[in-house]
Amino acid sequence: MGYQFNGQDIAHDEEGYLTDLSVWNPQLAELIAKDENIEMTPEHWEVVNFLREYYDEYQIAPAIRVLTKALKKTMGPEKASNKYLYELFPYGPAKQACKIAGLPKPTGCV
Amino acid sequence: MHLMDDYKIVHDENGEVPDPSEMPDFVPGCMAGSKPFRANSDIQGGLGFPGGITEDNKNGLVDNWQEKAISKLGELTGKYRSLRVYLDSCVKCGACTDKCHYFLGTGDPKNMPVARQDLLRKVYRRHFTLAGKYVPWLVGAVDLTEDVLEDWYTYYHQCSQCRRCSVFCPYGIDTAEISMAAREIMDHVGMGQKYCNEILGKVFKIGNNLGLPQKALEATLEDLEEELEEETGLPIKLPIDKQGADILLVTPSADFFASPHIEGLMGYAKVFHEAGANWTLSSYASEAANFAMFIGSYETMREVSLRIRKAAEDLGVKRIVFGECGHAWRVAYSFLNTLAGPFDFLDPNYPVPQHICEYTWDQIEQGKLKFDKSQNDHMTLTFHDSCNVARASRMGNKPGGQFEIPRNVIKAVCNNYVDMADDTIREKTFCCGGGGGLLTDDIMDIRKKGAQPRMRALKEVQESHGVTHMAAICAICKAQFSKVLPEFGFDREAIVSVHQLVSNAIILTGATEGPGSEAMDDDDDAVEAAE
Repeated sequence: MGYQFNGQDIAHDEEGYLTDLSVWNPQLAELIAKDENIEMTPEHWEVVNFLREYYDEYQIAPAIRVLTKALKKTMGPEKASNKYLYELFPYGPAKQACKIAGLPKPTGCV
Repeated sequence: MHLMDDYKIVHDENGEVPDPSEMPDFVPGCMAGSKPFRANSDIQGGLGFPGGITEDNKNGLVDNWQEKAISKLGELTGKYRSLRVYLDSCVKCGACTDKCHYFLGTGDPKNMPVARQDLLRKVYRRHFTLAGKYVPWLVGAVDLTEDVLEDWYTYYHQCSQCRRCSVFCPYGIDTAEISMAAREIMDHVGMGQKYCNEILGKVFKIGNNLGLPQKALEATLEDLEEELEEETGLPIKLPIDKQGADILLVTPSADFFASPHIEGLMGYAKVFHEAGANWTLSSYASEAANFAMFIGSYETMREVSLRIRKAAEDLGVKRIVFGECGHAWRVAYSFLNTLAGPFDFLDPNYPVPQHICEYTWDQIEQGKLKFDKSQNDHMTLTFHDSCNVARASRMGNKPGGQFEIPRNVIKAVCNNYVDMADDTIREKTFCCGGGGGLLTDDIMDIRKKGAQPRMRALKEVQESHGVTHMAAICAICKAQFSKVLPEFGFDREAIVSVHQLVSNAIILTGATEGPGSEAMDDDDDAVEAAE
């Protein structure tokens, strides 16, 4: 199991999450997104970058409510909603955006 | 595998979402291909289970797996009298056949509870009954072959252990217990499920199912406190690891992460604030949801439960209250005392443990909380009874309290409430379709199909009574419905936490914003809940 990237085979788990988080780079994110039928726009990047920063600090993705609150500051109140995040990431902002951001999948009753 | 294929909302050829009232055709084996990812050897090892998939061992099974599985089955039927009675006593009356939401949603006869039980029963007969040993062909007894084991893995992971079938069985046979035993046997021969076992590993490593480290938990709580203060003008706290607090709140870690779970958590905080309670969360026991029940592992369930005891002792609390979580409440209400008791160090004047709905209802009955119900007037509510609360526990001191108390709380904070059809609620409630360790993305198809009976009941009250939202008190139900509601044409945010409704309507003393502050000026809006 792997993403074919620049002639390399980048390992991912059964669900497409990177096995080695350190191999992530923006070009690889574009490729993962494409596999998810997502065309990355600046709004997508806004979310992905926030997730990565948050993960750097806390070793986990933020709660959706924390994410929308942060986006309110950068993207404006009309875009800081659960609904808008689902428009960007139809399979759910937490899981799908984490996958593209090269972060582990949130588990549990979520 | 194309990663997106499993995720897509499946529209029919006209682009319509599926009709929840459509019954599937009866097709033997149609769900044989639906099975969750297997645990690898690291995940298995994390719980002390053998085997698991490796590069060299693609099926992950241990050597002599048949022998070991039969021996484990013998151990379990010897240890659990109930299991043996369930395996011995089925008379094939057929009462259970159309009671399982997975059968109703898939049409695969192996999802009839009796057929599901028979997968284990036929092997039990072969090895543990006289007739099965000598004339197996006369009594439907078979050897445990690799095909039979594969069937176990498939169909015991299409059972959410919701126990609806047992309500209709004249002998009270509990398929959930058989399914738990089967998973316990499989774990011991290297055939574990990735989702459950990985999550339990995180509880031992990090403290909760989500894998939320203490620093992140603290940051999340601080963020919520900030938000609560902005909303109400009051310093509503979500204390953590507070020594000497009276109440320890143990809640599923999903309450710190997902929606609508987190809105429920904010509701608990408001209730505790208004009640003047001295309460705390624990970073060590930051998980209520005990997944070990799903895999039938008593030892693991005990280890997870002991974390709660330790936190209660370390913090010196007097009471333990559980947040909104279905199987957490089953483990807490039914098993906590034998798993981690006795709790003689807690205040004997309160139930051990107590459910947050009991706590809130008690405060309401004492007249300590006031609500502006009109804050929920944009909704017409119904209530989804979560299976483990409904059929495996109780609340309050009267039979049926687990049905009445959550409804009483909802009716105290909302003007518009309607129940779904009688044969789909209370003890006959349908599972959300994601319980029992099936809330994993790799089996979206069975999750969606299993949700269909509930979706049908919801659609009925939507059409007949204009129901707009469904409340629940289980983290799994909330996550599952957020995912499947849109697949049946409902709004994703039509699922709400009970304490989210409480949060919307509660009048907070001294609030400068929100319902409380308005109500101060206009008495007509303020409705005393106890009335």
